Amino acid sequence: MIEKTIIKSALLVAGIALGMQAQAEPSAEMLSYTCAGCHGTNGASTGNAIPSIAGLSSTYLVESMNAYKSDERASTIMGRIAKGYTEEQFESMGSFFAEQEVNKNTSQSFDAAKAKAGQALHEKYCDKCHTEAGTVADDDAGQLSGNAKLFLKYSLTDFHDGSRPQDKKMSKKMRKLFKRNKDAFELVVDYYASGKK
Amino acid sequence: MSKQNRRSFLKTLGLGATVATAATYTPFAIGGSSKKVVIVGGGMGGAVAAKYIKMMDKSVDVTLIEANKDYYTGFTSNLVVSGERSLDEIKFGYDGLRGHGINVVIDKVINIDAQAKSVKTAGGKTFNYDRCIVAPGIDFRYDRINGYSEEVANTKITHAWKAGPQTVMLRDQIQSMRKGGTVIISAPPNPFRCPPGPYERTAQIAHYLKHNNPTAKILVLDDKEKFSKFGLFMGGWKKHYGYGTDNSMIEWVKGSAGGKIESVDVAGMKLSGEVDDYKGDVINIIPAQKAGHIAHVAGLTNDSGWCPIEGKTFESTIHKNIHVIGDAAIQSPLPKSGYAANSEGKVCAAAIVALLNGDKVPDPSYVNTCYSVIAPGDGISVAMVYAYKGGKIVKVEGSGGLTPDKFDAKFRAREEQNGYSWFDNITNDTFG
Repeated sequence: MIEKTIIKSALLVAGIALGMQAQAEPSAEMLSYTCAGCHGTNGASTGNAIPSIAGLSSTYLVESMNAYKSDERASTIMGRIAKGYTEEQFESMGSFFAEQEVNKNTSQSFDAAKAKAGQALHEKYCDKCHTEAGTVADDDAGQLSGNAKLFLKYSLTDFHDGSRPQDKKMSKKMRKLFKRNKDAFELVVDYYASGKK
Repeated sequence: MSKQNRRSFLKTLGLGATVATAATYTPFAIGGSSKKVVIVGGGMGGAVAAKYIKMMDKSVDVTLIEANKDYYTGFTSNLVVSGERSLDEIKFGYDGLRGHGINVVIDKVINIDAQAKSVKTAGGKTFNYDRCIVAPGIDFRYDRINGYSEEVANTKITHAWKAGPQTVMLRDQIQSMRKGGTVIISAPPNPFRCPPGPYERTAQIAHYLKHNNPTAKILVLDDKEKFSKFGLFMGGWKKHYGYGTDNSMIEWVKGSAGGKIESVDVAGMKLSGEVDDYKGDVINIIPAQKAGHIAHVAGLTNDSGWCPIEGKTFESTIHKNIHVIGDAAIQSPLPKSGYAANSEGKVCAAAIVALLNGDKVPDPSYVNTCYSVIAPGDGISVAMVYAYKGGKIVKVEGSGGLTPDKFDAKFRAREEQNGYSWFDNITNDTFG
């Protein structure tokens, strides 16, 4: 009798395990591999408009995906795709991409003189939050240096016209940057496209 | 696998309950023994599956057999037709895959023996497998249009629906067409590879003609009543090529209005439908389609001409241990697109690695993303996220959809550029 009960409960546990597995979430890898067609293998983009997401902090990636999902952050296609996932799935993907090495696309064209001027502007206005030219995950911000050039241009444009929200500190710095040099966006983008730190 | 190995394997799983679960799935395929995968076809699905199996488990022996030494992408080939891209820009070789330790064999598969678990090639070689992936893409139903054949397609009236020499032939025919001539495109019935493709092709040819032969016309004879990204293409044709006006460069004839084509007069350059005959200076026939030839030879197709599969593993429901991915599979609601093939390749790769190692088959997740370019500066897209529920592939409610209908220049320009990056990344993800 006692033996039977043990077997029964073992079966019950097995049954629960089975049931749980049937409803299990796709793994972090499974979810993240679906991103690679657009963002490159393991999130390392070789294109100049779609950004790399390899090596981003999990916090930043989850925050970005939530903002896309709620349309708080404007996008062409990311919002439509973000609506297909849960917060837990974003966290799963966030942990996967955080483990990848930051990718630097160094094959993009840039003007060396403009990149130099851009570096000076970056160091004065941006470096405090985007350290090491925006390549450090701990900053919980998007990758700047070595990221897709057009994406960086689109992002600056969107921050500027308000279609992408930014905090007060950043908006103040951006205004100052733009006041200092009306071509500032072009200059910093060339700096980031150079892939230098 | 020796007893001891199996025991230590079970031990690592810990709880007895978990052991019972694992055993339920694949009692006899647990690790250790041979792990041989043979992939038939090195297109978007087959190539990415090969790469990802190696990424997930280096110990799997992967052989990819492909008939051609280079692959030309179907996507972006319409931009070769319009002269916006060169054929070389859509050409990819297999050195990248060889670099991942995949045995790439350039040969033609002539038979797959599901019982013996072996694949035979025209070159006289036999490859044994534990799991086989069949990714042959599409084949054409030439017999649906009287007078049409592979020979005609290769020499005079292209389909150009597998990119390569015919893509260039179609481009050259359009470029050398007389002033004010007519290009006819015959669009196929569902289901077919790349649902928005014929309509992007129409737009791309219109773009070329607008600038080089502005009095020329394009007549699209469609088997269907509607098509993918319908509103967006109609809007794009209208915006750029005067669609719907007296001066429209494009005329679209739906199936019920006489768009269904029954025969072709090759010498007379004439298409005949149920009611009308249409004469063209350049004719492009995109025929009805079915799964690639080897899928039929191997008995993987059903009456529809496509391959039924189980959506979690892409294993054939006809033959065990053979998986079918990409356009050849009945993978609906996933479309027959390059991105879907990429997604299916990864789900299938993960399932095969798990099955070979005696692990639980992971829960899948799939995505489709597809871009079309209507004109320079005007790109559009469709996207969708899919999940596996109740034994079926299903769309995730609330996700995906089309580019908004209302034209927004900034938005469209970004979509075009994202489309080009999409091309760079998906080809690198597959062949790099």
